[in-house]
Amino acid sequence: MNIVVCIKQVPGSTQVKINPETGTLIRDSVEAIVNPFDEYAIEEALRIKEINGATVKVITMGPPQATDALRSAIAMGADEAFLVSDRAFAGSDTWATSYTLSRGIKSLGVVDLIICGKQAIDGDTAQVGPGVAEMLNIPYVAWVRKIEEITENRIRVQRLMEDGYDVVEMPLPGLITVIKEINQPRLASLKGKMRAKKIEIPTLTAEMLGVDLNKTGLKGSPTQVFRSFVPQKRGGGEKISGDTATLVEKITSTILEMKVIK
Amino acid sequence: MGISVSLEKCIGCGLCVRSCAPKAISLVDKKAVIDLSACTMCGACVDACKRYEAITIAKENVGGCDVSLYANVAVFIEQGDGHIHGVSYEVLGEGRKLATALQEKLIAVVLGHDMKATAEELIKYGADKVVYFDGPDCKSFRDDTYAALVTRFIEEEKPAIVLAGGTAIGRSFLPKVAARVYGGLTADCTTLEVDPEKKLLLGTRPAFGGNLMATIIAPHHRPQLATVRHKVMKPAVFDASRTGEMVIHTVANGAVQERTTIVDIVKEIESTINIAEADIVVAGGRGMQSAENMKLLRDLAESLGGAVGASRAAVDNGWIAYSHQVGQTGKTVCPKLYIACGISGSVQHMAGMSSSEFIIAINSDSNADIFQIANLGIVGNALEIVPALTAAFKKARSVA
Repeated sequence: MNIVVCIKQVPGSTQVKINPETGTLIRDSVEAIVNPFDEYAIEEALRIKEINGATVKVITMGPPQATDALRSAIAMGADEAFLVSDRAFAGSDTWATSYTLSRGIKSLGVVDLIICGKQAIDGDTAQVGPGVAEMLNIPYVAWVRKIEEITENRIRVQRLMEDGYDVVEMPLPGLITVIKEINQPRLASLKGKMRAKKIEIPTLTAEMLGVDLNKTGLKGSPTQVFRSFVPQKRGGGEKISGDTATLVEKITSTILEMKVIK
Repeated sequence: MGISVSLEKCIGCGLCVRSCAPKAISLVDKKAVIDLSACTMCGACVDACKRYEAITIAKENVGGCDVSLYANVAVFIEQGDGHIHGVSYEVLGEGRKLATALQEKLIAVVLGHDMKATAEELIKYGADKVVYFDGPDCKSFRDDTYAALVTRFIEEEKPAIVLAGGTAIGRSFLPKVAARVYGGLTADCTTLEVDPEKKLLLGTRPAFGGNLMATIIAPHHRPQLATVRHKVMKPAVFDASRTGEMVIHTVANGAVQERTTIVDIVKEIESTINIAEADIVVAGGRGMQSAENMKLLRDLAESLGGAVGASRAAVDNGWIAYSHQVGQTGKTVCPKLYIACGISGSVQHMAGMSSSEFIIAINSDSNADIFQIANLGIVGNALEIVPALTAAFKKARSVA
């Protein structure tokens, strides 16, 4: 079985620091990490590999330094890594990223299962997974919390919904996006780290992938950021201490005044 | 096309260098120089250079379509067992406002089975037209069927704007639709506005776990799609006097090729009220100390008619199921009242609940970060206060 895991390199903290004088963002102090949801995706692929046998390839689209994220995945136990990178891809939104990444995946040959994290913690869109599935014309299930069964040509999963979960089955090749509940990602082994240091990571460029340059990068992106701003911080209100009875009385009267209880 | 630095305007202050996550900018002879092989065109430097406007990103329009062919605002109506999801009324209410501002029609698109009367009632909730796809295959959510029928709807009706609730369903299939129709999709919006002259949808959404707000537009592509966060916008108002058009498409069995099969739908009994829907959320964190103590929260939630939430610490300790987790790696909630018990207030947790209308925090550490956003901060022991509150509300209820 051939599994491809799509990952993204994201800033290690989502706490955006603001330069108070200029009101602009400071991002240089933040280290880059593998998007946490993608670690669950990598782990799930490795578990399938251990039980059923599989080749696990990781792929990312980003600038050259995104290879660090790929190396982290190799250190965890992935077999091969690929970087989709080209100046022409810069500025891609979720549509253009889905298109470009799907071309990258196509170039890897036969794929049975694609696993993505449910969303990246910087953009929080959750749109690239389904976008890739659509561009590759394969079935997909989002928000997977458990793989119940996987065979050569079918997969049955649990999809988390607001009020419970659905058990969904689909033929392979297919794509799933996974949530935190699915597993506990392993730490990289020493052996894995050694391998990650040495492994050659091929760069897949626009020319190699035969990407339509009108559908990628800034040019191919339907959406653009019109403006961005830091939301007004919610200020704290009253803070009180005292004996339990007083505190309980204060909370009770506050809530009853709000009239939220039906 | 692309990013450029005006050597005249650049004063070499270096703010852009600090704003650049991929470290693509350096100062050469006191001027900013951008390494195009590393630049991701994220626009952070353009923002950083607001004062001098030395950096610009020019966009050439190539992939777009003839936007003049598209008009009207469409709202996807989500249903389960024939009942319309609360978020759909909110999106309908918002859609009505946008349609009125644009002087266009509001169209509701419904997929379901045996629910014609319910679908038709959407006219009373503000729709000028209801397009109802009726068939057994539309009864419950299936990715391929929903994506195919909504795509068909878009191709036939050519709406300029398509909105849906930012639910598990909406956020699952709408990206597929956007991928097919080459539309610009903005996820999880908390504010929607329109520019009536340019016929533009401006969707504002939180990113970076709510630390940054971004307003997104799609000027050259149609439709402009957006999912909308639940509980943020006001629901549509029922008006019995409203009239409108009803269009019914009968969907024959197997008319859409569906590749996924729903084997089972499991409602989790543990979460009788789901936290995304609840008006009141009682949440516990590390300070609750044990699974046993989490039951105290359940009792309080029950006496208030609310749901139970939890911080990542409580979930990771195995005190409560993941489906209750609030925060960046869990759910985002915006109830009318959020009671945080023994939660210190990590950035990740606050990202999931800071848009709640009113926050009460109970924590024994008076320096806990959660107090910085709480409307009412209670410095005290949650393990004592929570059961006392339950008793107080039970009493208040029995008196009332």
